[in-house]
Amino acid sequence: MKFLEHKAKEIFARYEIPVPRGVLASRPEDIVDPPLPCMVKAQVLVGGRGKAGGIRPAETLEEAREVAAQILGMDIHGYRVKQVYLEERLHIRKELYLGLTIDRSAREPLLMATAMGGMDVEEVPREALLMEHIPAMVGLQPYVVRSLLRGLALDKDIGEQVAAVVRHAYDLFRKEDAELVEINPLVVTDEGRVVAGDAKLVVDDNAEYRHPEYAGLDQDRTPLEQEAHDKGIVFIQLDGDIGVIANGAGLTMATLDALNLKGGRGGVFLDLGGTDDPEKVKQAFELLIKAHPSVILVNIFGGITKADTVAMGVKQALDEMHATIPVVARIKGVNEAAAKEILRSVGSQAAETIEEAAELAVKLKSGGP
Amino acid sequence: MAVLLTKKARVVVQGITGHQGQFHTRAMRDFGTKVVAGVTPGKAGSKIEGVPVFDRVRDAVLKRKANASILFVPAPYVKDAAVEAIEAGIKLVVIITERIPFHDCLDFVPFARSKGVTLIGPNCPGIASPGQAKMGIIPNLIFKEGDTGVISRSGTLTYEIVYAMSQGGFGQSTCVGIGGDPINGTNMVDALALFQKDRKTNRIVLVGEIGGTAEEEAAEFIKKKVTKPVVAYVAGRTAPPGKRMGHAGAIIQAGRGTAESKVRAFDEAGVPVAQYPGDVPKLLAST
Repeated sequence: MKFLEHKAKEIFARYEIPVPRGVLASRPEDIVDPPLPCMVKAQVLVGGRGKAGGIRPAETLEEAREVAAQILGMDIHGYRVKQVYLEERLHIRKELYLGLTIDRSAREPLLMATAMGGMDVEEVPREALLMEHIPAMVGLQPYVVRSLLRGLALDKDIGEQVAAVVRHAYDLFRKEDAELVEINPLVVTDEGRVVAGDAKLVVDDNAEYRHPEYAGLDQDRTPLEQEAHDKGIVFIQLDGDIGVIANGAGLTMATLDALNLKGGRGGVFLDLGGTDDPEKVKQAFELLIKAHPSVILVNIFGGITKADTVAMGVKQALDEMHATIPVVARIKGVNEAAAKEILRSVGSQAAETIEEAAELAVKLKSGGP
Repeated sequence: MAVLLTKKARVVVQGITGHQGQFHTRAMRDFGTKVVAGVTPGKAGSKIEGVPVFDRVRDAVLKRKANASILFVPAPYVKDAAVEAIEAGIKLVVIITERIPFHDCLDFVPFARSKGVTLIGPNCPGIASPGQAKMGIIPNLIFKEGDTGVISRSGTLTYEIVYAMSQGGFGQSTCVGIGGDPINGTNMVDALALFQKDRKTNRIVLVGEIGGTAEEEAAEFIKKKVTKPVVAYVAGRTAPPGKRMGHAGAIIQAGRGTAESKVRAFDEAGVPVAQYPGDVPKLLAST
């Protein structure tokens, strides 16, 4: 789950991380009492807003409404701006960077910081980046914070405020099941306050059950993807036109690779995962048909997911929706023979290998054979 | 020999009374695995497939001398079940369950390692040594005894590749499904080190995916420490780059993690990379 800046800041505030005052608006006329002078910030689930013109200053209420009107509806890297956040303007003395994520290789959370915060933190030389691993079993120890502060070379009072932010951010990272907590910039103001200028928060989708309060947050999904998500189906839309159904993420990726290598383009893909419920397969297939693929490629290696269960779901959905989309099927594993029989009855073409199936799908799409 | 799992293992199935636990208990026994006990809290005294069920892992260890455990418990209960197994003295724990919150893994995976426990997974198809034993869910029929070790991050793609290998005449010493989660108990380098030492293994197949830097680290290790021939497949080579938020991920990966970076790393380590999963046996034949 990704969080928009204003929502992330609301959660930050709950963990006592200082954030600027701000108000949210979806229409210019809703802006009544913004903290002036302010920054008008596009709320989109993508980085690089500032450079794209999605963050701009305003001095008066009129100007704030004007700027908001320009930013609302803007397209930022493929994302339409539906809301703006109007925030108190900070007097910036210094910009730091603070990030918390996991280091897969070390199997531990990793705390990152630099005194060179701001937009291009990826360009900061490695030696200017402070990195500290935190063994999750024992938690954040004071030496880690001391070591970080030493590297940042801050005044005592500012250092203490930053230390508090680090502790609260780690607390949030663990308790909210975060994949990423990032504050860039962490602003030191002229008045000597330490405030989160921006807030990026991504929470582990697998921990959704522990955070029911986040259900229904606006996510980075197309309407069909949202419908699939609500039904518990992994369904992703891409920009090609061939529909792919497979079981398991790796096999799905391998199938899309084969299509691309044969000159086709995956348009939507469905990962049936380990389901063995014919009703769920049917629902998944109905979603796929709604995306209007030119050809459907089914690639199933039966195990937990029985091949004939998938075949049955495919047949039912095609029948009920009276769809006449050509189907290429490549079936292996548990109940292979029964599955092939069912798919033959709906006129699907059979293939032996992934490579063959991909080739056949690309041919069918261009009118052959 | 084989790595990690031989016919000596005495396996307890945690979550044996569930649909998956029951189904795979049967399949694992058909494969030759000694399934000696099951554990489901509250179900002690019953039997599944003739296997006695206990409330606690400790009882399975005391009464049935279980020394390896496989978990089919739902994601919210995996941390509890894994720690219970580790504390009961089990030395090999295989976790099949997918969708476990990774903050749980941050707790129990390093804990297992600190106790000297070998943990496979989570979110994995398990481990199988053909002719000896299987702890996992990979269909029995696709295996063939042999001298090629398999290490895979994927599930069904592993079936695909093992099937192609068996068809192409390359049987397996052991197949280790290390799992697709960001935090795993046994990583590619750990598994490579085991196969390098194993006398029964003469070559190794690595099945990777885009994302993370496990393949790059594996390639680095192969260059330095592996003398046996290695062949790889990487899924997601043509996937468009994912949309991302924030900088932290990019900073950690430092330009690695993409398909190109992985293929380049394997090239530099002298590891041929198959274009299609079905090409793996052809590459093995030419090593």
